[in-house]
Amino acid sequence: MKTRMALDITIPNQTRYLGLIGKIGENMAREFGDSACDRETLANQLNIVLTESIVNAIKHANATDPAKEVHVRITVSDREIAIMVYDSGCGFDLNSLASPCFDADALEEKGRGIFIIRSLMDHVEYRKANGGNVLEMRKKLVRR
Amino acid sequence: MNFKTEKNGRAVVVFVKEERLDANNSEELKAELVRIFEGGSKDLIVDLKEVRFIDSSGLGVLVSGFKNASTRQGTIKLSGLQTQVKSMFELTRLHRVFDIFTTVDDALESY
Repeated sequence: MKTRMALDITIPNQTRYLGLIGKIGENMAREFGDSACDRETLANQLNIVLTESIVNAIKHANATDPAKEVHVRITVSDREIAIMVYDSGCGFDLNSLASPCFDADALEEKGRGIFIIRSLMDHVEYRKANGGNVLEMRKKLVRR
Repeated sequence: MNFKTEKNGRAVVVFVKEERLDANNSEELKAELVRIFEGGSKDLIVDLKEVRFIDSSGLGVLVSGFKNASTRQGTIKLSGLQTQVKSMFELTRLHRVFDIFTTVDDALESY
């Protein structure tokens, strides 16, 4: 699988750069997506997935510790876009997270982030890496 | 976060003046909604016409407003959802929870 582009970004453990990183994801999707329609859908999806995964790393894995950092690696190949979000915290059990409740009488304010990521990406995995953890998310690029 | 709050007839309308409603700014909207409810208003319209992007934190703040309104026998209605924002409501099934209108005027007429 030939790598067409790889991008490494390190940000402080703060939410202020979410918009900037989201825009980078959008622009990569516009560059590497297929049809114009797919490109815009993919652009929005990558913006969402990057935002959700980085917030997850900042607030949950890194417990909002200002001394920590989040490292993001985006790789585009002929077949897929892979996003790796590295944290340096204690981590969490991805499989223990239940899907959010959809009943209007029992709505929760939080708990939709991982559900959204899983809905938009083809493969999602969270594991130990580099002394911390990595949330690995992959999406196939449709070729016609 | 930039927003504008107006009393318009029966409802208070909050115009969100941001391109993104996300984890970086949504707590400020939450504080504004709480302030409005605690000020005695119980019917709110949140206009998202200028919002191009919403994440789960933004959705969570609106859910918080929905629950707050329900507790007070009030309502929270939404207007002006752009396509990408609407798709997030559909993905999380929240389009079944909220009353969603094309414009603020449509939302106001529904009372």
